[in-house]
Amino acid sequence: MSRYFIRRVLSLIPTLFVIITLSFFLIRLAPGGPFAREKDVPEIILQNLLKRYNMDQPLAQQYLRYLGDILRWDLGPSFRYRDLSVNEIIDSGLPVSMLLGVTALAMAVFSGISVGIISALKQNKWPDYVAVSIAVIGISVPLFVMGPVLQLFIGMRWKILPMGQWISIHGIKAIILPAITLSFPYFAYIARLSRASILEVLRSDYIRTARAKGLKESDVVWRHVLKGALLPVVTYLGPAFSGIIVGSVVVETVFLVPGIGRPFIQSAINRDYTLIMGSVIVYSAVLILANLVVDVIYGFLDPRISYK
Amino acid sequence: MKRTIFALFALLAVAALGAQNFTIVNGTEPVSLDPHAVEGVPEHRIYMALFEGLTVGDPRTNRALPGIAESWSFSADYKTVTFKLRKATWSDGVEITADTVVKSWLRKMDPKNAFQYADFPAYYIAGGMDYLSGKAGREAVKIRAVDKHTFEVQLVGPIPFFPDMIVHYAFAVVPMHSIEKHGNDWIKAQNWVSNGPFVLKEWKPQERVVVVKNNRYWDAKNVALRQITFLANDDVNVGYNLYKAGAADWIDTVPLELMSQIKLDKNFHVYPQYGTYYYIINVTRKPLDDPRVRKALAMAFDKKVLVEQVTQGGQVPANSFVPPSTGYTPAKGYGFDPATAQKLLAEAGYPGGRGFPTFAILYNTSASHKKIAEFVQAQWKANLGIDVTLVNQEWGTYLNTRSQSHNFDIARAGWIGDYLDPSTFSDMWVTGGTQNDGLYSNKRYDELLEKSRTTSGAERMKLLMDAEKILIDEDMAIIPIYFYVTQNMIDLAKWDGWYPNPMNQHPWKYIRPKK
Repeated sequence: MSRYFIRRVLSLIPTLFVIITLSFFLIRLAPGGPFAREKDVPEIILQNLLKRYNMDQPLAQQYLRYLGDILRWDLGPSFRYRDLSVNEIIDSGLPVSMLLGVTALAMAVFSGISVGIISALKQNKWPDYVAVSIAVIGISVPLFVMGPVLQLFIGMRWKILPMGQWISIHGIKAIILPAITLSFPYFAYIARLSRASILEVLRSDYIRTARAKGLKESDVVWRHVLKGALLPVVTYLGPAFSGIIVGSVVVETVFLVPGIGRPFIQSAINRDYTLIMGSVIVYSAVLILANLVVDVIYGFLDPRISYK
Repeated sequence: MKRTIFALFALLAVAALGAQNFTIVNGTEPVSLDPHAVEGVPEHRIYMALFEGLTVGDPRTNRALPGIAESWSFSADYKTVTFKLRKATWSDGVEITADTVVKSWLRKMDPKNAFQYADFPAYYIAGGMDYLSGKAGREAVKIRAVDKHTFEVQLVGPIPFFPDMIVHYAFAVVPMHSIEKHGNDWIKAQNWVSNGPFVLKEWKPQERVVVVKNNRYWDAKNVALRQITFLANDDVNVGYNLYKAGAADWIDTVPLELMSQIKLDKNFHVYPQYGTYYYIINVTRKPLDDPRVRKALAMAFDKKVLVEQVTQGGQVPANSFVPPSTGYTPAKGYGFDPATAQKLLAEAGYPGGRGFPTFAILYNTSASHKKIAEFVQAQWKANLGIDVTLVNQEWGTYLNTRSQSHNFDIARAGWIGDYLDPSTFSDMWVTGGTQNDGLYSNKRYDELLEKSRTTSGAERMKLLMDAEKILIDEDMAIIPIYFYVTQNMIDLAKWDGWYPNPMNQHPWKYIRPKK
């Protein structure tokens, strides 16, 4: 088990290396550059700028230098935010996005699975219909509609929760509305996923056996059905985790959350090469690690899986 | 009873105190707080709170008012300006001297620092370009401290509007003693030193910048606000919601979709802005290289209908490129005249639009640019019988197409003046100019512009006006569409000292709660 774990962690390195190399060259293929402006930067200043950011050197040399910097976890200066390094931007934004993302994901998992169980056990009865309808709404209503609607009623009309801005202003309750908004599509997806897989497991042979043995229905559900039925949900959590952390740009904008999603998206528009690279690295690392955790959880849920 | 009155007073006091805090939805995250490194409107607003240059903008006219400089005088040939500095200090008590000004301006132009707008001062100060390009050392730059409180600058030509120009942050005076001590960390809140009406309290990237009153500011007794919060948000709908919810006191953009409703709001202020929305024509491409064709295109769509039904925000139809200003009457240009347009097109060899090749309008991806392009497309089809396609590109790609590869027929563009002088527009179209993306070139135009640099007053304005007549009336090198307007929402029954103005610059020291 631990050998498997170490091997997986080590395999991160070549994967990240390939990702870094591809992105490094790909982003430079996009038309325009970090110093393009509506009013062209005069040649003299452009040369000075290129020198300042080591962009006057051959590309291969820039690449090797970048790899060296990465090894020291130095992601370089941002091309746009002149006073900030990419490390500083990630250090200030990532914890915010993490907190928001983990809260949202926890809410989504808890409520999604609960709703999934209820609607599977009451299949084709009214609780099932209600749950399925909510799930359809959750999947089809985009975040930029969901967010402002919650803001309008809960934030502005009823003034129950702050309509925007983060913890430094409103304390911990600032998380609630953005987290609910962000969790909604994930909740809906998890609810549908768990409903479907619970229904499937309920019809399987080992559940019939468990029932035939005379086990109580609650034991059957909690000990046998759920364990098997949660596998697809857990599989989904890997990409969901990285998506919810890095991809919360809409929620961050609507609720003025100082997370990492907005700077990441902006970096592509600004051709902020170093910040794009930083985002790619963070996103891939989170994705790879989340998948690793998922694989480990598999082992606990399904005794047929073993790690060699 | 006494208690009630006391409570009432306490409540009023709290309310008054609350009114001294001001919040603005400031647009994108500032690229920096270092005035020499910034560019753009959000940064400029923060700059105006934290720093004061030799001159500051008048809240009504944007013309120069005394800042660090108490007064200034020109030499007879308008080539040398002498500024008399007041006795003022930085927020840490260190004195601001003429030497600080010299060092600050040199810092901006230092080639090693590679500041984006460094060419702006360097272009106008004698010796500036030589220093910036590395051809000469700093001693080449003709600025000097005559004595502790007298600063002198020699210009490349007579520039009577120089005091107005240096309101711009490219001419900022910065705390050199703090920069020398802290290096790049001088802009961190714990090291903060500045000389404006406010000082930095905190900067939370992607969230907000908070500034508080600077008690060492020379005019502190006339500064009414205690604290200003600049929220980093560039989503126009989010900004509008914040304003409506009372979480922001001022927003400078509003959602286009709600315009019909917003227009009725008494707190919505529309005012002509010193900027133009226009179409660049690639004059090297057939058949757009024919001035008759360009004129026909310019005359064949109704700008009045466009601003009334498409943009809807009170924009002013433009037939000239340079917006009107004191002493400058823009070129007459051509209004909506489909009959003449058809005639011109026929003269150019395309009667009824027959045989006219299909070409494209390029714009950067945005709903409003799209709507405008669609309107123009439809009108050209109806009035000239020609077919146009629309191409949209993401900002970086669009800029590249427009100014590097020049691979376009007609491209959407907009320009807001850097300072209140027609040259900020006219300079754009000289042969080989950095913004001359349509590759326009006319010798007579270049000569007039060249001449204008060595003249002043009404004579200079005449040269610039003549130049625009060539650009628009004769050559129709670009198609002006409308003059921008500023669209602010702020409750002027609550706030005093905020005036609509052509540069949309609102110095913070004048803004105060109404009594």
